[in-house]
Amino acid sequence: MVKPGSSLRSFWICAAILVVLLFLPPVIPRFYTYILASIFVTSLLAMSLNMVVGYGGLFQFHHAAFYGVGAYTFGLLLTKTHLPMLVAFIAGPIAAALAGLLIGWFCVRLIKLYFAMLQISLGSLLWAIAFRWYSLTGGDDGMHGIPTPSFLFSSTHAYYFILIVFSVCLLLMYLILKSPFGMTLQAIRDNPDRCEAVGVNVRRHQLIGIIIATFFAGVAGVLFVVLEHSVFPDLLFWILSLEVFIMCLLGGWFTFIGPVIGAAIMVSLRTFVGIYTQYWTLILGVLLIFLIFFLPEGIMGFISAKLGSKPVEGIERAVE
Amino acid sequence: MLRVENIYKSFGNFLAVSGAQLTVGRGELVAVIGPNGAGKTTLFNLITGQLKPDRGKVVFKEEDITRLSTHLICRKGIARSFQIANVFPRMTVFGNVQVSVLSQQRQSNSLFRPAYTMAVKETEEILESVGLIEKAHELAGSLSHGDQRILEIAIALGNEPELLILDEPTAGMSPEETRITMDLVRRLAETKGLTILFCEHDMDVVFNVAQSIMVMHHGRTIVQGAPDEVRRNEQVQEAYLGDEDA
Repeated sequence: MVKPGSSLRSFWICAAILVVLLFLPPVIPRFYTYILASIFVTSLLAMSLNMVVGYGGLFQFHHAAFYGVGAYTFGLLLTKTHLPMLVAFIAGPIAAALAGLLIGWFCVRLIKLYFAMLQISLGSLLWAIAFRWYSLTGGDDGMHGIPTPSFLFSSTHAYYFILIVFSVCLLLMYLILKSPFGMTLQAIRDNPDRCEAVGVNVRRHQLIGIIIATFFAGVAGVLFVVLEHSVFPDLLFWILSLEVFIMCLLGGWFTFIGPVIGAAIMVSLRTFVGIYTQYWTLILGVLLIFLIFFLPEGIMGFISAKLGSKPVEGIERAVE
Repeated sequence: MLRVENIYKSFGNFLAVSGAQLTVGRGELVAVIGPNGAGKTTLFNLITGQLKPDRGKVVFKEEDITRLSTHLICRKGIARSFQIANVFPRMTVFGNVQVSVLSQQRQSNSLFRPAYTMAVKETEEILESVGLIEKAHELAGSLSHGDQRILEIAIALGNEPELLILDEPTAGMSPEETRITMDLVRRLAETKGLTILFCEHDMDVVFNVAQSIMVMHHGRTIVQGAPDEVRRNEQVQEAYLGDEDA
């Protein structure tokens, strides 16, 4: 992470934020700790989606399916087996990545809206399984009181656990996006045909991108269970996929940190406006209209343009 | 080095390429000419695998590459530019070329090494040789049309090709830009020993630069030979020079 100039500055900003987040729980009410943890989980989901949407240019329209697979795998393993927590924790993301491989394998053969349609239908199949298979998944009730290990029972401990996993995942995703793999993924987003002509196996590259993104979605799913101790079919429902997509657009889908902003806004809206009215999506709708007219690159896209650095997280500084 | 044997391609009822033939020897600078719609671009797309021919064969270095997919053909040593500017607009000029160098070095799937330390020297050399080094940090999408076309060539060079295919490298350029680009093409052929196949509208350009010219008309090859030979060919005068050379 040690890089010249503005990157070093962003590194210190991130480090400072992390320190503040580490010392917050004792001084703020428990409820806010919970909200923050919830924002981390949602952010991780949104960022994993943005890897393939913002950086990969893929129409990943049913990302929540993989979030749900991660959560259900973790929940099922903890409830139905006596496997140690660590195994379940790793199995969640791996199951999500496998689902990503399976669905992605078909989807990368198509482009754009066809890709999106196929993914929505295949993802909905997963939802249908979770929704209907009562004996295993508890059907539309889901599963509650999932026995997460005792050291995660207190909400403060869960907060720290989620914060640490979230930070590690963020760092990994950052490294991946800055690697030749991530760079090539962005090149494919910009121009798949040209990429093919420089010798890149575009489909395989996209598929690997999907597997990585769905893996992190699985991690987010596991963290959701750590926080909420429950799973339910809504986790795999397409409406959630749409919400996550909006988070990316809202925050700025060509920026790395944008989806976190988007997730924070959505979670806060749902929580705080949701207290007064169940129609909090009305406010979201108005926000979106403003977004489309005034900030087409999202909030972070706007900010980084104002700060003079280009909205593309790129290789500008490569030669310096 | 490259041999296209009697190749056919139709789109619906329209025969875009019907029996084209082409030979490119190592180190040669070969031009394909022909009126609009003669099938030049389609022929290039057939060679580099963007399209698959209905019939016929493409042989590169004595190996049949007809059915290979685009990225594999590229790895055999054929790189190309496109007729319409075809760059990665949201990436920097440097990144545009770097992507192709990384692909050439088989590093595209490397996951945890920072890309900004990799392939820097090679990329700089290429940008230097085409004269874009000053603009290395600009976004490709913000370049002028002429510079984007040159960047296209630079991207192709990143693959260290043996055969470089340029689809109308000077399309839409001012006369000054055209001169600079063709000088560049000639220089690349000389200094890097590249074999270059290109198609072009501008007759002066073609007869000045090319060592061998293939003339296409209605998807067929009329003749391929040295510039003088082609100039004298009656069929060519009838089909092409006659009605186009206004």
